[in-house]
Amino acid sequence: MIGLYSPGNSAVHRAPTLLKLFLLSLCVVLIGTSPDPWVIGGAAVVVLLLFVVARVPVQAAAAQVAPILLILLVAVPIQGLLSGWLIAALMAGRLLVAVALAALFTMTTTVTAVLEAFQTLLRPFRRFIDADRVGLLVALTIRCIPLVADIVREVLEARTARGTQGSLLSIAVPVVVRSLYAADALGEALIARGLDD
Amino acid sequence: MSSIRFEQVSQSFGNRTVLRDITLHLTEHRIGIIGANGSGKSTLVRMINGLMTPTSGTVSVDGQNVARHAREVRRKVGFIFTNPDNQIVMPTVQEDVAFTLRRRGLSPAEIARRTAAALDQFGLSEHAEHPAHRLSGGQKQLLALAAVLVAEPATIVADEPTTLLDARNARRISDLMQTLPQQVIVVTHHLNLVEDFDRVIVIDEGSVVADGAPQQSLAAYRALLLA
Repeated sequence: MIGLYSPGNSAVHRAPTLLKLFLLSLCVVLIGTSPDPWVIGGAAVVVLLLFVVARVPVQAAAAQVAPILLILLVAVPIQGLLSGWLIAALMAGRLLVAVALAALFTMTTTVTAVLEAFQTLLRPFRRFIDADRVGLLVALTIRCIPLVADIVREVLEARTARGTQGSLLSIAVPVVVRSLYAADALGEALIARGLDD
Repeated sequence: MSSIRFEQVSQSFGNRTVLRDITLHLTEHRIGIIGANGSGKSTLVRMINGLMTPTSGTVSVDGQNVARHAREVRRKVGFIFTNPDNQIVMPTVQEDVAFTLRRRGLSPAEIARRTAAALDQFGLSEHAEHPAHRLSGGQKQLLALAAVLVAEPATIVADEPTTLLDARNARRISDLMQTLPQQVIVVTHHLNLVEDFDRVIVIDEGSVVADGAPQQSLAAYRALLLA
């Protein structure tokens, strides 16, 4: 969602967000609880097919799944030695399929669509929860990730430019201070754009 | 055109006075506000849509007191900030423009139509689905403008909209400021941006020191720089 959305018009892109979210949850539960290697193998094939149908760039997809490989690199040998290689392989398969499926959802669904889905889901509770507000909260959180990443990058660059090494504190203080300034500015912008309550 | 009235407006933060007894009546189509850093220009224009409330005095837009009717006034007055990064709320370009139209009781189809039209007007259509934070600085400022103009405000207030831009993008934004049908109030350090405006106001140390046609005001400002 944070710049991960890959534009397209495939069936996967067009499928209703709530349906996608529901199927994603269902599949993850099924894969997570099934002890049958065939189920997990089958799920892997289906997920691969979905990636092909969605036509997301291979590189972007790989970047999404790669981090979990690092964890598996450590976890598989440990579990293999402790409780057998079949169980280790099953665990690896489950994690891979679940992460890939979640990545596919992220790459084919816009933030707006996710927000609307959230709001639909929260509708029964509207007496207690302002769905619009929750939606805005989620949107701002997502928006702030690149904003804060930029601030961290600039602070690190400034540090490098001045040739100082410094402690963690020397990075944390300017990052927090600048984030607070950015938050103020963002608040002003929200007010100016009519979200003043 | 909106009629914006400042009546004996003063503003101070602690014991530092930022604006002193300002009385102005703004009705012209294009108004420039110039002055040194810290002279109080930004504070002045922030009062027009209620981002700041004066310590004393009143600001009104079309007869509506901004302090009391901030929400109605903000629907009429769009605001462009110096740093578009802080103005972008949603993750993608199209979503950010559409965000302005939320809570206005428009149908999704109408929102989509107006968003597409605004993106087209500013040459951002091909970036509609791109992440907003990956745009160039100039494109971000265009996005900020599109997101404000899509709400069809009568007046646009811009606080140094070209300060962070390169020459080409600054020119693009200035051209827009000079051709928009809306009433435009621009705070700037780029003096050529306001050369052809209807009225230019010079602020110095919290007071209006010159107010009139661009030639006279710019001459007064330059004299101030030499003094």
